[in-house]
Amino acid sequence: MNESRRIVASGLAEREGRCVAPWMVSSRLVSLQNSLHHPTMNADPRPEQPPTDPSAEDGAAPLARLAEVTLNKGQRAVLDRISLQIMPRQIVTIVGPNGAGKSTLLRALLGLESPDSGQVWRQPGLTIGYMPQRLPLNQLFPVSVGRFMRLQGKPARAAVEDALAMTGVVHLTDRPLAGLSGGELQRVLLARAIVQKPDLLVLDEPVQGVDFMGEAALYRLIHSLKETLDCSVLMVSHDLHVVMAATDQVICLNHHVCCQGAPETVESHPEFVQIFGQRDAATLGVYHHHHTHHHDLSEQGGPAVRD
Amino acid sequence: MTELWVLPLLAGCGLMLLAAPLGSLLVWQRMAFFADALAHASLLGVGIGLLFFWAPLPGALFGTLLFALLLWRAEQVRSLAADTWLGVLSHGSLALGLLLVYGYAPPGINLSALLIGDVLGVTHFDLWALLVVLVLGLTWLVWRWKALMLSVLSPDLAQAEGINLNALRGQFMVLLAAVVALAIQWVGVLLISSLMLIPAAAARGWSREPEQMVFSAAVIGMLSVGLGIAASWHWDWPTGPAIVVVALGLFAISLAVARLQKRL
Repeated sequence: MNESRRIVASGLAEREGRCVAPWMVSSRLVSLQNSLHHPTMNADPRPEQPPTDPSAEDGAAPLARLAEVTLNKGQRAVLDRISLQIMPRQIVTIVGPNGAGKSTLLRALLGLESPDSGQVWRQPGLTIGYMPQRLPLNQLFPVSVGRFMRLQGKPARAAVEDALAMTGVVHLTDRPLAGLSGGELQRVLLARAIVQKPDLLVLDEPVQGVDFMGEAALYRLIHSLKETLDCSVLMVSHDLHVVMAATDQVICLNHHVCCQGAPETVESHPEFVQIFGQRDAATLGVYHHHHTHHHDLSEQGGPAVRD
Repeated sequence: MTELWVLPLLAGCGLMLLAAPLGSLLVWQRMAFFADALAHASLLGVGIGLLFFWAPLPGALFGTLLFALLLWRAEQVRSLAADTWLGVLSHGSLALGLLLVYGYAPPGINLSALLIGDVLGVTHFDLWALLVVLVLGLTWLVWRWKALMLSVLSPDLAQAEGINLNALRGQFMVLLAAVVALAIQWVGVLLISSLMLIPAAAARGWSREPEQMVFSAAVIGMLSVGLGIAASWHWDWPTGPAIVVVALGLFAISLAVARLQKRL
């Protein structure tokens, strides 16, 4: 399954021109951390399993795999011999500075861009829910949000409504898709991914353009999706703190894979510290400490924010 | 006596059942000139067919299919944009076709009939051919409709979710080629694309869902065919242009209605 199709009229340029790095802002993080550990969707938490269990290591086949993938744009190697695996039921997060090739990595994995060398493999029959950073939608196509949600598969009307409610946009059901704002569209796309019950959820900057309260809730939702949908999540994120708390595997990318592994091992890696700075790496340590006390916090009953 | 207008009416309405969804897809994808290019290619096909003493229909089908295949391949050559390829191949084949038909047409076939068509010349055989294309085409459209819509809305999303865009586009082109080749003798090289585009464009203004647009386009198209044939019967107009002029009138009316609705 070596996909090397060229995509027609892809309008997604690689623009990472944002100047505010969200991980610089740290005041809001404690509440965010707490709320992260109260997945509201999961009615019966499985008691025996530790939350950061890299559950798939025991002989299971990966959902997707990149082997030595190199992709050039112009003279520059955007991706330089990248190898990685997505195992079932894992949250994998790609972090890295602007222009590090994060989005391109996702697009290569999805088969939207073909690598110059190396192999991209996806499990045959794998269903993927994709939520890109910006989705250039055809504005000439008349379609309502509700109909858009049902363009793939045959989801029930109630399931569509539930998913839209879950991401907080159920009031948009009858609105034309073309008129949505960026944040609204992101939420609709996430709801659509939920409805499709994918094996792998691919999220590129999932909270871009969403206000802060929405951001916290959205991350909490993504985290709990792994459980309810029984799927893996591959996401790109700028918000390091959240990432570190909610992730099984972190891949630090700067054209090549600087380091990868569980959050605890990655954050002490010299290259990681070099990229994100000593100060940020240290703060992460603090928050990581919160993270290991996850069970205590949830027993005390943190601010369980409900949508 | 009645048969003289029943056959064209049936052919026209049947054609609109396919022209409406295909036209809508063309409008959504900014491919308005693609049908025109296929029509030009069909003229080339007819011209080539004349060299081998073929009837116009197989010639036209050969031309449009060849063109669709060429363009499908050409789109993968990245040094030229798709619309440039379209322009080059479209007008190239028009010129070649004109030369061939001009030079080799037997007494029975004349150039102006090919250019503006002859709806009243529809035969029983044409109707059967239309029925075959109609059944195959509508089946394919229903089967692939959701994938088509998703690929129109966002090629990236469609491809990420496992839709083979290349195959889908190839099949779409083949269907379009067959419809154009079939309709070319009735409506003519110059006007065939307008029959796909104008009803769809008229329906766009007040459509909120894709299916609604296709359905409205079909109704507008059939209305145009009926009124156009009636007008040509009464005033002895050439039928193809009469149908297109009626469609144009309906387009103007629907545009006005849509604007009025927005103001209220």
